[in-house]
Amino acid sequence: MTPVASLGRSGLADFVLQRATAVVLAAFALCVLGWFLAAPVNHARLAAFFGTLPMRAFTTLAILALAAHAWIGMWTVGTDYVRRHYFGRRHALYLAIYQIGCAALVFLYLVWPLAVVWGVAR
Amino acid sequence: MKAERPVDLPLPSLFAAMPATAVASILHRATGVVLFFGLFYLVYLLDLALADPAGFERAAAIATTPAGKAALWLILAALAYHLAAGAKHLLQDLHIGDSLVGGRIGAWLSILLGAAGAALAGVWLW
Repeated sequence: MTPVASLGRSGLADFVLQRATAVVLAAFALCVLGWFLAAPVNHARLAAFFGTLPMRAFTTLAILALAAHAWIGMWTVGTDYVRRHYFGRRHALYLAIYQIGCAALVFLYLVWPLAVVWGVAR
Repeated sequence: MKAERPVDLPLPSLFAAMPATAVASILHRATGVVLFFGLFYLVYLLDLALADPAGFERAAAIATTPAGKAALWLILAALAYHLAAGAKHLLQDLHIGDSLVGGRIGAWLSILLGAAGAALAGVWLW
């Protein structure tokens, strides 16, 4: 079976993408977590933190990294478990539904936080 | 069709006697799935909190209810383990701790680090 829904269309491409995006996501998670741990948090401080250009750029990078990382991860989980072995004759249909659901949530995670940090409506 | 297709293992019957490396691997997946869905809650809170001071207060009120805190804890605990297990993977890609014994030590270390992270997150939240 060809991995039609894999992100990089090859296992090696997905392998490298998963690791490169992991480094970005780990750095971003530690950065944001560190800020929350260090600071007394209120609206003004939070808006100032996420509103700087470097932080907006870093958040955008993390959002893009997350889309790839989450897709590869959820794709791997889906193709490992939603198979004929466990789901029977209609496994391909169930896998398609699962993947469409995952793609929809990945798309939401791409658009929604981008709108939040770039402040479209503000 | 590719020659090097993965072998089809009967996973359910393997659950009985599971080595630490298998537990570490499944936890890495499970915590990844938790983070994938938990992110919805985090983006929702951030959206509210960044909107205006009143939104920030609403986000803080949601995040400090018992259920709101429990959800945050679950996400932070999952993040702690997922980070530790991910770091282990990256080190093993550099052939650090990729022997059988190294893999077992790494699995236990990531489980311990994840548990420590979960405990710290609990202390921070409560």
